[in-house]
Amino acid sequence: MANTVKLKIDGIDVSVEAGKTVLDAAKKLNIHIPTLCYHEDLCVAGNCRVCVVEQEGVKNLVASCAMPAQDGMVIHTNTHKVRNARRHVVELLLSEHNADCTKCYKNTRCELQDLAGEMVINEHMFLDLVPDKNYTIDKLSPSIIKDDSKCIRCQRCVRTCQELQHVSALGVAYKGDEMKISTFFEHSMYEVVCTNCGQCVIRCPTGALIEKNYLDEVWDAIYDEDKHVIVQTAPATRIALGEDLGMEAGSIVTGKMAAALRRLGFDSVLDTDFSADLTIMEEGTELLTRLKRALVDKDPTVKLPMTTSCSPGWIKFIEHMYPEYLENVSTCKSPQQMFGALAKTYYAQKKGIDPSKIVSVSIMPCTAKKFEANRPEMHDSGYQDVDLGLTTRELAVMIKQAGINFKELPDEKFDSIMGQSSGAAVIFGATGGVMEAALRTAYEIVTGREVPFENLRITPVRGMEGVKEATVKIENVLPEWSFLEGVELKTVVAHGLTNANKVMQAVKNGTADWHFIEIMACPGGCLGGGGQPIPTTPEIRKKRAEAIYREDEGMAIRKSHENPEIQQIYKEFLGEPLSDKSHWLLHTHYQKRKRV
Amino acid sequence: MPNKKLKRVDIIFSEDCVYKDVLTDGLKKSNEAILKEILDSGLRGRGGAGFPTGLKWKFTSQETEEEKYVVCNADEGEPGTFKDREILTRVPLKVFGGMAICAKVIGAKHGYIYLRGEYQFLRADLDKAIEEFHAYLKEIGFDFQIHILMGSGAYICGEESALFESMEGKRGEPRNKPPYPTISGFRNKPTVINNVETLVYAFMICRIGAGKFQELGTTDSRGSKVFSISGDTPIAGIYELELGMLLEDFVEEFGDGDTKAVQVGGASGFCVPRKKFKDTIIGFEGVPTGGSMMLFNSSRSMYNVLKNYVEFFEEESCGQCTPCRVGCQQLKKGIEAIKKGEKSAHYLDTLQKLADTMKVTSKCGLGQSVANSFSSIVDNFKEEMIY
Repeated sequence: MANTVKLKIDGIDVSVEAGKTVLDAAKKLNIHIPTLCYHEDLCVAGNCRVCVVEQEGVKNLVASCAMPAQDGMVIHTNTHKVRNARRHVVELLLSEHNADCTKCYKNTRCELQDLAGEMVINEHMFLDLVPDKNYTIDKLSPSIIKDDSKCIRCQRCVRTCQELQHVSALGVAYKGDEMKISTFFEHSMYEVVCTNCGQCVIRCPTGALIEKNYLDEVWDAIYDEDKHVIVQTAPATRIALGEDLGMEAGSIVTGKMAAALRRLGFDSVLDTDFSADLTIMEEGTELLTRLKRALVDKDPTVKLPMTTSCSPGWIKFIEHMYPEYLENVSTCKSPQQMFGALAKTYYAQKKGIDPSKIVSVSIMPCTAKKFEANRPEMHDSGYQDVDLGLTTRELAVMIKQAGINFKELPDEKFDSIMGQSSGAAVIFGATGGVMEAALRTAYEIVTGREVPFENLRITPVRGMEGVKEATVKIENVLPEWSFLEGVELKTVVAHGLTNANKVMQAVKNGTADWHFIEIMACPGGCLGGGGQPIPTTPEIRKKRAEAIYREDEGMAIRKSHENPEIQQIYKEFLGEPLSDKSHWLLHTHYQKRKRV
Repeated sequence: MPNKKLKRVDIIFSEDCVYKDVLTDGLKKSNEAILKEILDSGLRGRGGAGFPTGLKWKFTSQETEEEKYVVCNADEGEPGTFKDREILTRVPLKVFGGMAICAKVIGAKHGYIYLRGEYQFLRADLDKAIEEFHAYLKEIGFDFQIHILMGSGAYICGEESALFESMEGKRGEPRNKPPYPTISGFRNKPTVINNVETLVYAFMICRIGAGKFQELGTTDSRGSKVFSISGDTPIAGIYELELGMLLEDFVEEFGDGDTKAVQVGGASGFCVPRKKFKDTIIGFEGVPTGGSMMLFNSSRSMYNVLKNYVEFFEEESCGQCTPCRVGCQQLKKGIEAIKKGEKSAHYLDTLQKLADTMKVTSKCGLGQSVANSFSSIVDNFKEEMIY
């Protein structure tokens, strides 16, 4: 075959597709070559040099991650020369690294530490360079802490920020011994274009980029007898949390998670999926209203296409990069913030609890949710609507701290009220999920019939393709929706901000005629969020997505508008979608930000 | 291999030719004929690495891409090298001529000169010369344009792939190789990148012929080379010399009578102590050089020389790859610690091993060549490092 190359690694013949690297070929043989700067999602950097191997006939060692496999190559991965070199490279990294591991958030979860462990480094070979360095720690962002003393300059974060997210908040500055990963003029992450998406955090091999954790604050609240601590859990947490607690990727742990939260001492264990359903009611109605204004009233001020607003990384991206399109963003708050506003109003009233005593905690697959919870806009309940935003990873830490044997927990249910949800809410966790959920409801509202897809699976918006377009023709509508008769509803779904940027460029250039755009900041949607268990790979994200759709199909209710708690809240509290009360609590506006 | 006697040569700067004639004649020849001439001449890159120039041109000419480039590397940054400045000052039209002939062979329409940031003062004259050159190309109907891009002072940008990155407006960091520039260079298109001096030699070979060039030098190092001679010498300056001479003869000619060591090839080259002068040939079979020859007499501390070099590399490493970035810092801090007595003399062995690792693991030529000066100075002047 013309497209395969044959080589020999450690005496074993292997053939791989042309274009594959020596590292790929070694993987095929189950030969483990250590790597640090390499990441499956990113372009090859070849800068850490940990993966060097010996190639016969070549004087220098070659970086296996960057070396294309070639016919006739003879490679050795475990020679004296290779071992010495790798040892030196790791020792060099350690000499520049603040290796005070017990004081590090990533202790026991650090790739450099693992490598040092594998090499059994008892005593450092070289001089400690850390005291000479003027390392800084940036703790200003409510989402991400950047600690240069832990950085090994692998540039995974830089590549993530540029390639996957088109943000470039992080870049390389200076050269030589002063070379560092930096922001624009070394401003704090809080002050630059950083969207807080945390994609850098889930790819950082060490503790140089971590989420700002609120573990102590949550424990303090739980132990405070005077506080009523409620917790909400986002759709994508229940299909990923298990990974940090010894389970396979793709394990559904909804019931165990509810049980664990109860054992941790939360007073009420509730579900963001409830407010995801609510989002569909509000956002779906908003879309239909905008369409009516455009098609019937011929209102020139109506902004279409409308984009989703669930992803706080996306919101901050558009605030920085496309502020002229902020009016196109749905005014709906994200499910986290809808939940927060209702927790200290509707929930407090129903339960007869003083809202000032409520501590509202969220478990999110996301680091940007921490920033979002701290936005000054998010005080509509009269208090900070969500007090503490935690990542899936932080919850896993709490479960370990509490000594809970997670795998053996029984399945338990969420509490009520604000604990019931539909399959439509669960799929919010996957790219295309909000679109699919919205279509399930909107189509039915307009036509009185279910969406014309087998078992409600709107497959064109599913999957890991970066930009997915789908058109739904609306026919035989109910009389009050006659203006939509025959309309082809054009939608597009993008995940990862580089893809979001492509979509926005098309909107800007006028080359697109979409009505509705779903954008999630993270690759794969929330299931690949910056707060999810580490590592993230295309394979892991695929398994998480499969789990999400399995969870959806296992639910009794699959459509948001059929969620009884949703029907109840409109009846008892909100009135109808887009009511005054809805506007007060569930909708908001965002602001233009500088591009630095 | 028998060495050659020291002999001054006059090819590069010779004024007995009109560039227009050489160019017109050259452009009339077939590509195959030019390639054969350059290959037969045995010309190797004059920037230091010494890759056969004819092969570079040949590989690039075989690529089928529509767009190709010829790039002149004028980012002369190696400590102790200043010959490209002289060439660009005195015979810029020969440089352009070399680029034009290369462009014809490979099929390029645009050529770029990447000019060292510190050579801004050459810019106005070069622009004027380019104008004249373009006018002549128009006259003879040859479609080729030369542009100048300025560097900004980073040594690493002289490394060819970092140079391309810099030309593309990006941070000057070396790329992974393969692919090599002949396949994917500037803007990821097939590119010939040659040193200033190489281009002039290629141009002059078109005039004097491969045979004449071949008569000079040795089997591995054909022809002559422009040397930048500095340090403890009464006659510092630029000299074009036949390759293959013994360092002993060189020191005889240029030394001040008290030469203790010669640093051949700049900070990334090798240090040769007096006792080895008589066995060392200047050329690819012995100690190669991009032109830098620094002479040190007995008043010099080789510890200071080494520290200066290591400091240079510590600062000029791009910082992306571990062995180079951290290795340079360790070498510097290491020799300082030994000198101060904070580390024992044995630590020199650890540092030597580290330098060896840097040689085999670094991503580009910078990190790979730090060991050249480090090991050759430490090996030959160990006592100066310790006491």
